[in-house]
Parts: sequence; structure tokens; C-alpha cells
Amino acid sequence: METLHAVRAGGISKCFGEVVALDGVDLDVTQGQIHGLVGPNGAGKTTLLGLLLGLAVADSGRLEILGQQVGRAFAAPDGVAGFVDGPGLYPSLTARQNLAALAALRGGDARTAGIDDVLDQVGLTDVADDRARGFSLGMRQRLGLAAALLTRPRLLILDEPSNGLDPAGKRHVHGVLTRLAADGTAVVLSSHRMDDLEALCSEVTILATGRVVFSGPLSKLAAESRELDYRLRTSDPGAARRLAADTAGVRIVDDSVVRQDADVFVVRALTPALDELVAQVVRSGIAVRELAPVVSPLEAAFLALTDQEAGR
Amino acid sequence: MTAVAVAERTVTAPPVSVARGYRFELVKLVSQWRVRLLVLACWVAPALFVAGVSQQDTLPSDTLFGRWMHATGWAGPLVMLGFAGTWALPLLTSLVAGDVFAAEDRLGTWRHLLVAVRSPARIFVAKTLASVTVILALVAGLAVSSTVGGLLAVGNQPLVGLDGHLLSPGDAAGRVLLAWLCALAPTLALAAIGLLGSVALGRSSMGLLLPVLVALAMQVAQMLPLPVAVRLALPGYAFISWNGLFTSPAQLTPLLIAVAVSLAWAVLATALAHLLFVRRDFTNPAYDGSGRRAFTFGVLPLAALTAVTVGAVAVATPSTGSGIEQAKVQKSLAIVFAHLYRLQTEQLHRPAVTEAQLRTSAACTKSDGQAAQEGAGNDWRCVVSWHLPGVAVTGSAIYQLDITSDGRFVADGDGPKEVNGYFLVRTSTGDAPNPLWQFDGNVELLETQ
Repeated sequence: METLHAVRAGGISKCFGEVVALDGVDLDVTQGQIHGLVGPNGAGKTTLLGLLLGLAVADSGRLEILGQQVGRAFAAPDGVAGFVDGPGLYPSLTARQNLAALAALRGGDARTAGIDDVLDQVGLTDVADDRARGFSLGMRQRLGLAAALLTRPRLLILDEPSNGLDPAGKRHVHGVLTRLAADGTAVVLSSHRMDDLEALCSEVTILATGRVVFSGPLSKLAAESRELDYRLRTSDPGAARRLAADTAGVRIVDDSVVRQDADVFVVRALTPALDELVAQVVRSGIAVRELAPVVSPLEAAFLALTDQEAGR
Repeated sequence: MTAVAVAERTVTAPPVSVARGYRFELVKLVSQWRVRLLVLACWVAPALFVAGVSQQDTLPSDTLFGRWMHATGWAGPLVMLGFAGTWALPLLTSLVAGDVFAAEDRLGTWRHLLVAVRSPARIFVAKTLASVTVILALVAGLAVSSTVGGLLAVGNQPLVGLDGHLLSPGDAAGRVLLAWLCALAPTLALAAIGLLGSVALGRSSMGLLLPVLVALAMQVAQMLPLPVAVRLALPGYAFISWNGLFTSPAQLTPLLIAVAVSLAWAVLATALAHLLFVRRDFTNPAYDGSGRRAFTFGVLPLAALTAVTVGAVAVATPSTGSGIEQAKVQKSLAIVFAHLYRLQTEQLHRPAVTEAQLRTSAACTKSDGQAAQEGAGNDWRCVVSWHLPGVAVTGSAIYQLDITSDGRFVADGDGPKEVNGYFLVRTSTGDAPNPLWQFDGNVELLETQ
């Protein structure tokens, strides 16, 4: 099977003065893939996204975008769109005017550029003729996404696209990104919202201090992860706690901070041990009413890999 | 094993053309309420101002040509030009050119713009052209509106020139147009300084204020007793030297020098702004381009240009003094008096005389002869003498002159009352003060060829 790469980066380094923003970063993103970029503040995510958008050039390393080697010149291949550090919008223009001005800038006709279509995709049709000045952060994010969609990108770069989104906006954005990926567009997005990344991304890259500490499918990340904490709500918490204490590989965590009510307690275990506990609870006639990780596997891995576990 | 291949060959997207970028920038500028209000104000307010003032009993006689606003509609746009050179144009250039780059910093839209246009150099050209277009539209508004207001309120009458000679309406129209065109040169210089400030100082309000501050500094400098070479080498002098278009012959040398200096400032400041802009690192969102290096990079070359132009003007026109010398004051006053005497003669329906017949001369002293007989000051006292055909007695009249450093003077008649005192004269446009009572003139600072 042949895999088409939208991004192939090898050994990318970028410094700002004495600050090393990226240090030998590798990144592979195939077409039709939604790839998440995770890392603490200052990890180099925005710098990497900026390189992909053609806002800067790497000091060293190899970068190939949509099949084209990116050289020293300030340029990104055609078919790349997106935003970093928030979408660029002009508050004195309406949503439609912002998009029409962009379409005209690229030589398109505002009537045929698909402005109504992209506004509909991101759920902003009702406010199309309102000035962007009054838009909330979430609406601005969606309008920024609409602006990127106007170019019919084959590689979409989004920096924190979920910031400020309400549930409806989040649904619109997720729907758009999923459809784009299904149509073959590669999406690289950064986010601090682990639930979003888990819902959208097939692969993630975790950056810490400019270096890649993990890159690959989420399933691989889960397999590499350490024990996780799980909230367990049952019909008989006392009996369930006793079973947990007797199950090998399962520890009851001091959950006084986490626990909201007496029916819930927190256990720490790897997946096989947790499976065994659940089986025993069910066999004992105790109903399992809730079983969920206290933090998501991705977040747990992120914290572990970026040495922030101690902060939990 | 998965074979790896790259996507089909992709070409680098070409940068957006300057024409499209220009249109994009214009759309953004015109969408701002501030710019819309400025355009409206510049196209409406001058007409109302000129028409209103022209109908007042008291005219703005402290402004050049202000005392003639009741006599001709062509005085209005010149009064407006004097006001614009002092206040309006520096302010307009500040609000448009001084903000055109900084606005992107405030909005955080640089990266968006760079991704869309793909060429910092083209962004710079488009922004520069768009801001210059808006500034030109504002200047055109000031000129057209004040002219229309003047012509509608007063009419298409001859204009009394700065040396007292009468300009036909057609001639006046041409010179008014030329004067406004000459004022474009220092306006462009201020616009370029605004661009430079906007690029070099980023979000700082100093960037927005830079053209106003520079214009203010230039005005203060023009009030100081500077050598002529220094005065002419400052970019704001073209806001003054257009006065020379309204003498006969026109004082073109200082005007051309001032226009050339202004254009040199415009070119250098724009080039510096371009250089700073294309070298800016846009990957760092916290960095808005400002900094000591950018400031130094912008200021030092302009200081060097000033030094070079001062040297060049000093060599080309060896005028290192104030340019206001006794002989030139006397000559200038005599010429204005002769022209206005003819005007007064006509208004009083006396037998016509020519300037040659009048053989006017003036004898001027400064500080009653106690100080050096040169330089600006309000202590010049002159006695003007003239002859009338068939009259043996030589006429004489006394004037107090207030001469400013830029060579402009106001002559105030000090008797005899029948000649240069205050009385009203009936003219075709209504009663007007005796033209020999108080009048404007200027001393050509450079040596006349």
C-alpha cells in the first residue's frame, strides 16, 4: 500500500537567538490524517506550525510539504492554509466581507468563492453580515477556519482551534475537520484540550522543550502509558472497594480530593488489572454504574512524558 | 511493509500580486470609521469653513491670504493650505500612514496576512500604496472642497499676490493648483515618516504620533533664526515655500529645493521602513518590530540625510545667514507697495499709474539702526517713497514691519492716514479695508539671480 505524505520533516531545528525552539524534530503526516500536536507552553508547537505555514524557515533539517521540498525562501506550497496564534480577522469588516476580501486577494470572485458554503460549514450563516468586532472567541475561531477552508486546502494547520468554542461550535468544527480528513486533507492541529485530540486525531506528536517525546497512534500511546487512575461508581461501594483491594495490580488511591460522593472511589491500575477487577465486581452481583479515567490516557501520557506528573 | 511516497508534485504558491494586495489594504482602510470620517471631513468641512469665514466681518489676516478671503474665492484654498501644512496634513498622515502597519500588530493579524499574501515585500508595497492613496484622497478633498467653498461664497475674482500684483482668476487657479501639488511633497515625506514609525515602533503610540511630532519640530525649527541653508534643507519647508508661487517672478529656487528635499526624505524614509519591515521576524508574536535597533536604524540615516542636504544647499546656494537683509527687505516692500498702490488707485477711481511711473523705493532700519540690519523681528521700520506723474512732491509713507524667520512679513501702515491708514474702500465685492493699510509680503531668502 502506498502512503501519501502531506508533511515529512526530519531533524528540524529552529532557534530564536539563544532560545532553542525546535531541536531535531521529526514529523510525518499522511494525507487524510488528523494529527495532533501536544506539548506544554513553550514546547515549540507554534513554531513548528509556523514552519508548516511558511511563516519561517528552519535553521536546519529537511522539510517536505505536499511533496515539495521547502527551501530557504519564505514560502509555503500551494494548498496549505490555516492559522497560528488565533485567526487573523479584521474587526471593521463583517464575517462575509472578511472572507470576500480574502477571496479577492487570492483572485477569486466573492460570489463564486464558496463563501456561503464555508460559512454554513462552520455554522456562522446567521451572523455572516455582522462585523467581526462583536464576535466571541469561538466565533472568531470558526471564522478563521472558514477563511482557511476557502482555499480548499490539502494541508490544514490549526493552532488551538477549539479555544472558546461552545458545544455547538465544537460540533461544527469537529464535523468540518472530520469531513476534510475523509476527503483526503491532512490536518495538523495543536490543542491543550485532550478530549478534542482524542476525539479527532488518529496520531499525535508530543513535544517538550523543542523535542519530540512521543509520536504515533493514540493506541500506541495508551500501550506505552503507565497506570491510570479510574473513577469507579458501583451499587455497593463497600464491597467493590474490598474486591479492588484484593485484586492483583489494583490499588485504591487516596481519593479524598477527587471523590464527590460515597458511591465513588478511585483505583489505579493498568488496563488488564482493571479488566479483572470489573469482571469480579460484576460476578459478585454489583452493578457498575460508572467507570472513567480521572484524566484521559492522552493527558496522562502527556503529563508523564513531559515530566509534569508531579504537578498532579 | 508500507511503501512511502510523496504526494503529487506541488508548486510553490506565487505571492499575491501587488494590485490585489493594494485592493485588500484599501478595503481594510476604507472600512475603518476613522478613515471614513476623515474623508468626509476633508471633503466637506473646508468648503463650509471657507464659505463661512469669507462672509465674516473679521478675516483671518494672520494667515497668509486670509485678508483677501472677502475679495476672491481663490484665497480660501490658500488659507486652507496654510492651515493644512501646519496642522491638518501632519495629523492626517499620522492617522493613516502612521497606523497602517501598527494596526496589524494591534489586531494580531500579521501571520494571517503573511500566509495569505506570501510576500512581506509585496505587503509593504500594497500597504504603502493604499495609505498614500487615502492620503491623496484626503489632500484632494481639502483642496477641492476649500476651492469650491471659496468660489461659491465669494466668486471667481482676481487674487492679489504676495508681492501685491494682481493674478487673473485663471492664473490664480493654476498657481493654487500648483501650490497644493507642491505641498504633496512634504506630505509624502510625513507619510513616509509615518510608515517608518509604524514599522519601527510597532504598537507604541509614538509610531502614530511621529509625523505630528516631526512636523511640529520642523515648524519650531522654522521659527528659529536658522541659516537659510538649514531652513531649506528641512523637509517641512515646502509647506512654506509655495508662497513663492504668488510673486512675480515666482520664487522657484527655494520651492524646487524644498520639494526635492521633501521627496528625498520620502524616498529614504520609505526605503528604511521597507528594509526594517522585510527583516522583521514575524514568528515571534511578542515582537512587534520595535526596539532600540529599529529606532536607531530609522533615525540615523535621516539625520545623515539632513546633514547631506544642508551641505548640498549651502554649497549650491551660499546663503549661510538669515537671508533677511536690509536691501532685500527694502526692495520687497517697495515692490508690494507699488503693486498695491495701483490697486488702491483703481479702487478709489483715481487716474491710473504704472509701477514704473511710481518709481517706488523704501528705506528700512531695524531697531532704529542700533542693531545689525538683518534678521527677523517686529522692529523693522520703513519709509516708502514714490512719485506721481506730474506731481513734484515725493510721496512717503511709514510702515512697521513684522518679519518672521521664514521671510514672510506683515506691513502695518503708520501714516499718513490718507495713504496707509485704515479706511474702507468700495470694491466690486463690497467694502474692504484700504489695501495699503496692512498687507503681507515676503523677503526671498536666497540671493536673487
